[in-house]
Amino acid sequence: MFSALRTASRSGAFAVRAAQRQAGARLLPRATPFVRTLITKGYSKEHEALIFDDSTNVGTVCISNHAQEKLGDVVYVELSSPGTKVEQGESIGALESVKATSEIYSPVSGTIEEVNEALSDRPGLINQSSEKDGWVCKIKVDNPADVKALMNEEAYEKFCTEESDD
Amino acid sequence: MASAAAGGQLRRTPLYDFHVENGAKMVPFAGYSMPLAYGSVGAIASHHHVRKSVGLFDVSHMVQHNFLGSGATAFLEWITPSSLSKLAPYSSTLSVILNEKGGIIDDTVITKHADDAFYVVTNAGRRDRDLAWIKERLEEWDSTRAAEAGKVEHEVLEDWGLLALQGPEAAQYLQGLTSFDLRELTFGKSAFVPLEGYNLHVARGGYTGEDGFEISIPPSQTVEVAQLLSKPPVQLTGLGARDSLRLEAGMCLYGQDLDEDTTPVEAGLTWVIGKERRETGDFIGAEGVRKHLKDGPPRRRIGIVVEEAPARQGAKIFAPSSQELIGAVTSGIPSPTLGKNIAMGYVQSGYHKKGTELLVEVRNKLRKAVLTPMPFVPTNYYRG
Repeated sequence: MFSALRTASRSGAFAVRAAQRQAGARLLPRATPFVRTLITKGYSKEHEALIFDDSTNVGTVCISNHAQEKLGDVVYVELSSPGTKVEQGESIGALESVKATSEIYSPVSGTIEEVNEALSDRPGLINQSSEKDGWVCKIKVDNPADVKALMNEEAYEKFCTEESDD
Repeated sequence: MASAAAGGQLRRTPLYDFHVENGAKMVPFAGYSMPLAYGSVGAIASHHHVRKSVGLFDVSHMVQHNFLGSGATAFLEWITPSSLSKLAPYSSTLSVILNEKGGIIDDTVITKHADDAFYVVTNAGRRDRDLAWIKERLEEWDSTRAAEAGKVEHEVLEDWGLLALQGPEAAQYLQGLTSFDLRELTFGKSAFVPLEGYNLHVARGGYTGEDGFEISIPPSQTVEVAQLLSKPPVQLTGLGARDSLRLEAGMCLYGQDLDEDTTPVEAGLTWVIGKERRETGDFIGAEGVRKHLKDGPPRRRIGIVVEEAPARQGAKIFAPSSQELIGAVTSGIPSPTLGKNIAMGYVQSGYHKKGTELLVEVRNKLRKAVLTPMPFVPTNYYRG
């Protein structure tokens, strides 16, 4: 799944057409089929991914696949409630694995619109499908410039490599 | 071997290369580079495998000692509160090395071979403190009591291997490698067991709550024995599963659940103190220990089950009515076996009764917790 996504994002130079992503197409309502919508994906240094739809200003926060691999089996997910206003870099919840707790930091400032309720029964979705079915929450983004400041996939991969060399 | 640590470098056990060849993710632990997990086997799967089948742990980082000589019993009864003169040969006991105040310098397993020969295992993370303490106490012994009570020789088994084979299928597996009848070796007993041409010290017990064995191996044979002991169904098991298994079994990890400001009475380890030794008080730290025995300890180690989120080391514990701070968590995990959040910690005496409802703070939110007797998961020892 991840390799497919990578291929898609490369061909689009870090922009993936919503139509190429089943989940994105299902999740995001369309006014007309002719509105040009860009779904972009960015990564924070805290290993959150943000899938951003510029037509709605809503970003879906996910744990990066790299991060879920390092974390091991997630057994409990705790998230702030919808309606909570969050600042970029602020904690919006936590993931518990057997070995440790990892805070989830918001990659952008905004308001939490929805949390992934499926995670309360199936926290393992984070491991199985961290950047898709295991999404964490949706945030109405205050300032789209926050999104532009995130790393693209290539930069993030480089960041992870450098981090593991430290 | 590369075990001498220079300039803050991590030490390696004799099995370092063996771990790497088996796909281990190596992490720093107690000054050693140790396997956290192997290959793609997750911590939970690894944990379940030990509870259901059998796993092999490298615990060679732990410090193995021999105490020999006519004064060995008396010396060890001075630095620990255990009744070693009464211990049967080839039997082991959990014990504690105490400081002058009665605080725990280290927890240790002492195996008696004879009145003048003991095999002792202490924690890797306490290596420097323990060895310095033992050296000082030996010098004191030599200058004061040795003439009367007998001489003691202390030997550290540097670079020896120590492997723990743990799980309900451990005995069956090990029996396939030896002519020695392991049914004779019940929990807490040890023997020299012939194993594919080697004669190795095998102690029945471990740190998981399951039936199992701890096998001490001379340096030159460690890799070969590890290979013998790691064929299917045995799975190599790392530190991740080791921690969740020991916590389910209610066992302490030194540095988290025990420290030098904690007496064995506070730690719920009064049972390691020999009955007559509580009266005689002729061991280092006796005064502090006896005070806690007489007046009751100010705080006690307890087990709790926490709702919602797992409480980790440092989480504050509050009384439910007054919301008064009464203690802290020292170890906590989501238990893979129970599917509940288990933790141990210390609370003020009075809040330590089974079933007591407490509150634990996790991420600025108070969570309900219930005091639960340990072990959380029933032990499964072989008692014959």
